[in-house]
Amino acid sequence: MIKAILVFNNHGKPRLSKFYQYFPEDMQQQIIKETFQLVSKRDDNVCNFLEGGSLIGGSDYKLIYRHYATLYFVFCVDSSESELGILDLIQVFVETLDKCFENVCELDLIFHVDKVHFILNELVMGGMVLETNMTEILTRIEEQNKLEKQEAGISAAPARAVSAVKNMNLPQQIKDIKLPDLPQAIKDLKF
Amino acid sequence: MALKKVKGNIERMFDKNLTDLVRGIRNNKENEAKYISQCMEDIKQELRQDNLAVKSNAIAKLTYLQMLGYDISWAGFNIIEVMSSSKFTLKRIGYLAASQSFHCDSELLMLTTNMIRKELNSQNQYEAGLALTSLSCYISTDLARDLSNDILTLLSSTKPYIRKKAVLMMYKVFLKYPEALRPAFPRLKEKLEDPDPGVQSAAVNVVCELARKNPKNYLSLAPVFFKLMTTSANNWMLIKIIKLFGALTPLEPRLGKKLIEPLTNLIHSTSAMSLLYECINTVIAVLISISSGMPNHAAGIQLCVQKLRILIEDSDQNLKYLGLLAMSKILKTHPKSVQAHKDLILQCLEDKDESIRLRALDLLYGMVSKKNLMEIVKKLMIHMDKAEGTVYRDELLSKIILICSQNNYQFITEFEWYITVLVDLAQMEFGSKQGHVIGSQLVDVCIRVQAIRSFAVAEMAQLLEVYTSTSQFTIMQEVLYAAAWLTGEFASELKNPEHTLRCMLKYKTLPQHIESVFIHNIIKLFAHIMQSYELAGRYDDILQLCDEILDKMNESIKSAELEVQERASTSLIIINIVKEEIASKNNSKLMDDVSENQPNELVATEILSLFSGELNPVAPKAQKKVPVPKGLDLDAWINEPIESSDSESEPETTDNLFVKSDKFDYGSKSEKYQYEPTEDDIKKSREARKHEQQNNPHYLKGSLSSEKSSNGQENIDNIPVTELNLSIPLKVITQKRSDKYLNLQKEKASKKRSKRKKKHHKSESSSDDNAVIEVKRDLELPEGATLSDSDSDHNKVDDPHRALDIDLELPPLADVLSKNETNVTDTEKKGKKDKKKSKKTDIKEKDKIKSEKKKKEKVENLLKLDKDTDEAKSKSDGKKVKKIKKKSKDKEKEGKVKTKKSSAGYEEALGISTPTKENYHQ
Repeated sequence: MIKAILVFNNHGKPRLSKFYQYFPEDMQQQIIKETFQLVSKRDDNVCNFLEGGSLIGGSDYKLIYRHYATLYFVFCVDSSESELGILDLIQVFVETLDKCFENVCELDLIFHVDKVHFILNELVMGGMVLETNMTEILTRIEEQNKLEKQEAGISAAPARAVSAVKNMNLPQQIKDIKLPDLPQAIKDLKF
Repeated sequence: MALKKVKGNIERMFDKNLTDLVRGIRNNKENEAKYISQCMEDIKQELRQDNLAVKSNAIAKLTYLQMLGYDISWAGFNIIEVMSSSKFTLKRIGYLAASQSFHCDSELLMLTTNMIRKELNSQNQYEAGLALTSLSCYISTDLARDLSNDILTLLSSTKPYIRKKAVLMMYKVFLKYPEALRPAFPRLKEKLEDPDPGVQSAAVNVVCELARKNPKNYLSLAPVFFKLMTTSANNWMLIKIIKLFGALTPLEPRLGKKLIEPLTNLIHSTSAMSLLYECINTVIAVLISISSGMPNHAAGIQLCVQKLRILIEDSDQNLKYLGLLAMSKILKTHPKSVQAHKDLILQCLEDKDESIRLRALDLLYGMVSKKNLMEIVKKLMIHMDKAEGTVYRDELLSKIILICSQNNYQFITEFEWYITVLVDLAQMEFGSKQGHVIGSQLVDVCIRVQAIRSFAVAEMAQLLEVYTSTSQFTIMQEVLYAAAWLTGEFASELKNPEHTLRCMLKYKTLPQHIESVFIHNIIKLFAHIMQSYELAGRYDDILQLCDEILDKMNESIKSAELEVQERASTSLIIINIVKEEIASKNNSKLMDDVSENQPNELVATEILSLFSGELNPVAPKAQKKVPVPKGLDLDAWINEPIESSDSESEPETTDNLFVKSDKFDYGSKSEKYQYEPTEDDIKKSREARKHEQQNNPHYLKGSLSSEKSSNGQENIDNIPVTELNLSIPLKVITQKRSDKYLNLQKEKASKKRSKRKKKHHKSESSSDDNAVIEVKRDLELPEGATLSDSDSDHNKVDDPHRALDIDLELPPLADVLSKNETNVTDTEKKGKKDKKKSKKTDIKEKDKIKSEKKKKEKVENLLKLDKDTDEAKSKSDGKKVKKIKKKSKDKEKEGKVKTKKSSAGYEEALGISTPTKENYHQ
C-alpha cells in the first residue's frame, strides 16, 4: 500500500502532494520538509531506497524516490509493495506526464497541478496501484479530456481567449500557451 | 436566464484563475503570505456567488493552496456544491478538492452519501470512476456501510474500467466496514479470473492485502493463485502473487514444497530483477518454514545466497540494498550460509550510501566472533567519527551495543576494553535517547561482571570529575546517572572516594531524575567514607563532610521535583543524626583525651546497613509477573475523586453515562481519569500530610531545616550561586583509549601464534586462557514465573485488520472452520448489533439536518448551526431532552474515538499490477 506520493523540487517546494492517509495540513508540510531533508542530501549515485522518516510511517515503511532534473518523486510505501516495482511505477508516472505535457518540465507541474492529479489518479487509487500499462492510462486520460472539451463548447471560448491573452502578456511563460488551445478556441468562436 | 448565464461568464473572465494565482504567488515571493491572504478574500467572494463555474474556479485555487499548507476545511460545503455540478469539468475539480481535504472524520461526509450513490450509478464510466477514486481517499464507516451494495453491484459492470476501480474500492470498504467482507468475497474471488488483466490484477492486489494480515483465511485460494502464477506473464501480478505465497507458506508446508520448483525455475529464467528478487524472498520464506522436512533444502538456501551475492556485488546500488535486505532474512535461520560472505558484508560497511551501510549493519550481528569483535567495533567507531547525521550515528551506537552484549556478552573477552569503548562513546554526540542506552549498558556490565567493577568504578569516578568542569551537558547527563549510581553502589572499589564525593557535590543544575540518583549515592558514598574515618577517629573530617553535604541537600530540597525533595529531605535527616552522633563522640573523645578504644558501635555500620544487599539483574518482564495479592484491587480508587466542576451537577441517577463520558473528556490518550490538583489543593494536602506524618510513629520526623525549606521557594534569590571551578584542567582525550586493547589483543595473538608454533599440541587449550570472566547470566524473576511466558499484548487492539479476520471458506478446510465458527458468529452478532445502533443514530442525525436545512436555505456554516440549534433546544426543553442529547452525544463521541483509533492503527495495505518493462536495471 502506498501511503503518500510527494513531488517537490530541488529546493523543497512542493509540486504535488497526495496523502492516502489523513494528516492535518501543518503535519503534511512537516512531512514534506522532513522528506526533502532526507532525500536531498543523498547523492545521485546512491540507492533509491530510504528508511522512512520519523513523521510518516515507521519501520515498516520505506521512501522510494527518483530524482529527475529539478524534481524529486517520492513514494512512501509499506512492505507489501515491491521496491523495484514502485521504482517502475515512478518511471511510468513520469513517462505518462511526459506524454501528456509533451516534454514535461517543472513549469508544467507548477501551473497544472490539477492535471497532474488527474493523471496520478489513473495510476494509483486510494493508495493501491490501479494501472501500470501506459497506453491504457493515456487512453483514459485522453477520453476524459475529450469529455471536458465537449462540455466547454461555446461558453468557455471567451474565458479561454482572455486567459490566452493573459498568457501572452508574460513572454517567459510562452511554453504555457498550449498551441492546441488556440485553434480550438477559434473553432469554438465559429459556432 | 440565458442573459444571466452570459453575464456570469463575462464576469468570470476577469476573475483570477488558477494560473493567475500561481503566477501571482511566484511574483510576490517577498510577501507571499500577504498575497495569499488577499487571494483567500477573493476566493471567499467568489464562493458567495451563485454561478457554479465561479465556485469551481475558487475551489481549484483552494486545492492549490491546500498543497502549500493552508487549511481549507472551512470550504467543505462549497466543495460539495461543486461536486454536485452536472458538468464533468466542474465535478472533477470538486472531487479532487474533496480527496485532498476531506478525511473519514469529516462531519460533512454524511451529506455526500446520496450524491456519490447517484454518481456511482452514472451512465458515464468516467463520472463513476471519478467518484470511486475520490471516495477511496476519505471513505468513512457510515459511507462504507451505506454504499457497499452499490459498489458491489459495480463489480459486475460491463466496463472493465469501472470493475477495476470497484474491486480496489472494496478493500477500502472492508477496512471501514468488515461486515461487508463475507457477502462480497465470492464476487471478489470471481474477479481473480476476470477476462480483463487490469481487473484481475486489481483483485489479486486486494486479496494479497487481505491475506497479508490474516493469511489462514485465504489458504483455500492457493490453487487459484498457483494457476495464475504458472500461466500469467504479467510481472506486476506475479510479484504480488509470489509475495502472497510468502505469507501463506508458514501456515501450510505442503504448499511450500509445491512452490519450490516453479519458483526456482522462475529464478533461473526471468530477466526482470524485481521478479527475481521477490522469488528469492519467497523461496527463503518457504525454506525457513520447512527447514527440516526437505532433503535438499540446503541447496535451495545455497542458490538464494549465491543469487543474493550477485545482487550485492552488482554496481546498481538498488540491487545491492535489496540483496542485503534479503540476506538478513536468511541470517536469522541459516547464519552459517551468510557468514561465508563476511568479506562482502564488511565491504558494504564502507559503502558511501547510508541506506546500504545500515543494511550491512543489520547483518553484522551474525558476523562477529570472539576474535574479530574488537576489530569490527573499532571500524564502527571510526565510522562514528565520520558520520554526519545523528540517525546513522544512533544506529551505529545501538548496533555496537547490540553486537557486544548479545548472548550475555558472549564474544567479549576483555571487559576493560568494553568499558573504555562505552566511555569513549559517551563522549560523542548523539540523539537525546542514546545517553540512556550507554548508561544502562554500563550498569548492566558492572552488575553482571564482578571482575570489572573496580576498573569500571575508577572510570566512572574520572567521568564524574571531568564533567564537573566542562559544560558538555548533552548526552553525558544520562551517563552521569550510571556513573553516580555505580560509584555509590560499589563505593568500596573506589580509590579516592572523598574526592569523588566532592566532585558529585559540585554538580549544580542536573535533570531531576539524575539529581535524585546523585543525592542517593552521595549518601552511600558518604557512609562508606565515614566508616573508614570513624575507624581512624577522624571525626573532624566527618563533620566537615557532613556540613558540605548538608549545604547541597538544603539546595536540593528546594527542587520542584517531588522525588528530589523527598530524597533530599531524607538525606538531610540522616546526615543531621550522624552529625549529632559524631559530634558527641568527638566531644567525648576530646574530653577523655586519651581515647578509650572501646569497640563502640560505629555509626557508619548503621548507615551502611541501609544500603546492604546485593543487586542482581532482573528479568525484563519480572515486574509484570509479580502476582497481584489477593484482595488488592488495582483499579479501585484510593481516594474518591473530587468532583471537578460544579456545572455538571446532574442527578446521580445518570451515573453510568457520566463515568463513561468523563473517560473521553479527559485526555484522549490515557483513558484514566487524571485529577489535576490546583495550588490550593496542594497546599491543603501538604499540610494534611505533615500533620499525619507527625502523628504517624513510622515516619521520620522532619527537622527544622526541612520546615524552612518548605516555604523556601519564595527566596530563590538567596540561593548561593558559585562560580564554576575551572582550575581543574580540561581533559581532552585525543586517541581512543579502547584502541590499546586492540593492539594488546594483536600482540597477544601474535605471541600466541609463535607459542603455538612451538607447542603445537597445546594450542587448543591455550586459546581461551586469557579470559574466563564470569558473567552472571541468570535473571531474577518472581516465583513461579518463567522467562518464556508468552505475552498476549502483541496484538494491537486498534488494528482494523483484526476485524477482517473472518473465515471465508465453507467446504475445504472443515476442521479449521469448526474452530473458527464460534468466533465468526460472535463477530457477526456484534456486527448486527452495531449496525442497528448506528442506523438509528444515523437516521436521527439525518432528520436533524433535514429540518435545519428547511429552516435556512443557505446553509453556510453547517457545524455552527448545528451547535446553535442544539443549545436553543436544550435550553427550552429542559433536563429530559438534555439527558437524551448527552446520550446520543456520548455515542457519537464513542463512535468517533473508534474511527479515529482505527485510522491511526491502520498500517498496511497494497498495490496492483499490469505489464511493465523493467527498464532501469538493464
